[in-house]
Amino acid sequence: MSSVSIQKLCVRFGANEVIKDLDLDVQQSEFLVLLGPSGCGKSTLLHSIAGLIDVNDGRIDIGGQDMTWADPTDRNIGMVFQSYALYPTMTVERNMSFGLRIKGTPKAEIERRVQRAAHMLHLEPLLQRKPAQLSGGQRQRVAIGRALVREAGVFLFDEPLSNLDAKLRAELRRELKLLHKNLHSTMIYVTHDQVEAMTLATRIVVMYAGRIQQIGVPSEVYERPENLFVAGFLGSPAMNFLHGHLKPDADSVRFESHGLSLDVRAYALRAQAGADREVVLGIRPENLQIHADGQFEATVSLIEPMGNHHVVWLEFDGKLLSSVVSGALSFCVDDTVRFSLDADRISLFDRATEQRL
Amino acid sequence: MSGTLAVTQPLRRRSRLRPARIGVYAFLLTAAAFFLLPLYIMLVTSVKSMDEIRLGNIFAFPIQITLEPWVTAWTAACTGVACEGIRGGFWNSVLIVIPSTILPILLGALNGYALSFWKPRGANVLFAILMMGAFIPVQVMMYPLVRILATLGLFSSLSGIVLVHIIFSMPVMTLLFRNYYLSIPQELFKAARIDGGGFVRIFLQLMLPMSTPIIIVAAIMQVTGVWNDYILGLVFAGRENLPMTVQLNNVINTTTGTRLYNVNMAATILTSLVPLAIYFLSGRWFVRGIAAGAVKG
Repeated sequence: MSSVSIQKLCVRFGANEVIKDLDLDVQQSEFLVLLGPSGCGKSTLLHSIAGLIDVNDGRIDIGGQDMTWADPTDRNIGMVFQSYALYPTMTVERNMSFGLRIKGTPKAEIERRVQRAAHMLHLEPLLQRKPAQLSGGQRQRVAIGRALVREAGVFLFDEPLSNLDAKLRAELRRELKLLHKNLHSTMIYVTHDQVEAMTLATRIVVMYAGRIQQIGVPSEVYERPENLFVAGFLGSPAMNFLHGHLKPDADSVRFESHGLSLDVRAYALRAQAGADREVVLGIRPENLQIHADGQFEATVSLIEPMGNHHVVWLEFDGKLLSSVVSGALSFCVDDTVRFSLDADRISLFDRATEQRL
Repeated sequence: MSGTLAVTQPLRRRSRLRPARIGVYAFLLTAAAFFLLPLYIMLVTSVKSMDEIRLGNIFAFPIQITLEPWVTAWTAACTGVACEGIRGGFWNSVLIVIPSTILPILLGALNGYALSFWKPRGANVLFAILMMGAFIPVQVMMYPLVRILATLGLFSSLSGIVLVHIIFSMPVMTLLFRNYYLSIPQELFKAARIDGGGFVRIFLQLMLPMSTPIIIVAAIMQVTGVWNDYILGLVFAGRENLPMTVQLNNVINTTTGTRLYNVNMAATILTSLVPLAIYFLSGRWFVRGIAAGAVKG
């Protein structure tokens, strides 16, 4: 259980700056998820914490010690890779004990730790098998076990579930969460899957283009995105965006757009809004409600049944807006319906800076 | 009625012997016969007596099979002044082949491993220079190498010829192993680094055990290559260590009176027996390894 502190980190591949001036503090026993699209630098960040990539500038502390130039094995970390990276010529048991045998840990201690990890991950019957004789889910459990036996201060996960099918992924996701609950270890987890991020994280770090866009607990990142990128990246279907102006009235503030005017007095603006500002209004599909006495009118253009809910796509002012409707539908495609926006749940962004207002 | 019958009958597989198929077989058989004919002539000539050979029917099957030419070739054929057969050459070749196979494989694997996983600064330049070595004809480097080995006191010795074989095999061995290791995910290496493995340990405990297929391919290439070598053995091995190929040449060029065609044929077959056996036993591996390692990348 170590904390990790990163200061002013820079990583360059040739002329390409992958991580720029990045600061990040990971608390003890935290499950921190690095979330972002491919190429955003999240894996690079994880690999530089592990010491598998040389950093160009900055400092990495693990457990209060400067580890910027330490060897990967001395950093007190355990790591799980997307491709499992199991040693193909060794049995499960030898895979898990490889690091301990190198360190010269006493046999009895190795035995104890391997048994403990195998028990936690239900690997006991598989200990004498070779990786080729295991299924994908079992292989990834072995890889997690190999990290566990190191009893490291920090566990690093590099998209560990991305190679698994949907059902296994959900299963292993639960196991990981349970593992964290039982072990209280510090975990840093890289993924591009927002469901994994939302379900596992105690805090999410959203990254884009080598920079941190927002850090926060999952609900905060979801409900109050810091900028347009975060707002658009999280959530499925994605947040609806409407372009318009912010018009301060006598004692209220109104959002004016083509064919839409909304009282946004309740919205907690961070700074006093200047007159007639160009803004983007964001609203999550579940906060766009379709009902008979809605304020606005639109045409149903497409319905996607999802089993327990429907995603309804509305054509409004030449744009497609999505709405999540649970329960039975009272309309069909091409019908005209009325909808309203939940003014308490909107997000407003400056159109030029793309930052939250 | 006939229409419904046709529908209910299961579809038959089409007859296998069609004109195109017959043509293909005819071509393959002709080609095989063409390439096997010299071997056939060698075999039948080597078991004929000289009297029978003088009749001039080189395609004819022997009237009386005799193994004497084989015994002569192995034990009594004259290689210059000495008449002890080519068995001495055989054992010389064995002594040259064994270290010239094991050492290049180990060094090539080590090179390939270092180049593809540790990526030292300038690895690509190093590799390019090494590859250039593969394209320079051996003959060009012969004289400088003779001078170097003479200076080192290794000229005309077993260690000298082994060293020469190691040097000339390095480009191909490195290429073979480098490409094989490039197909292994980098994450495996990274996991081993986190587990605390160093340069030697990761090589010996992780990479080498994973390299069986490519080691077999490299061994086949080295054994056949070194066994079939003539010019390097002639120049560098020295009188005491002349390999079988050089001895064979001496047998054939040493004539006292009549040319003993049957003995020459037997000696030739004996010399080519080792590579032939290797191809027969491991042709499958050879093709597989070339497809998996050498061509890719």
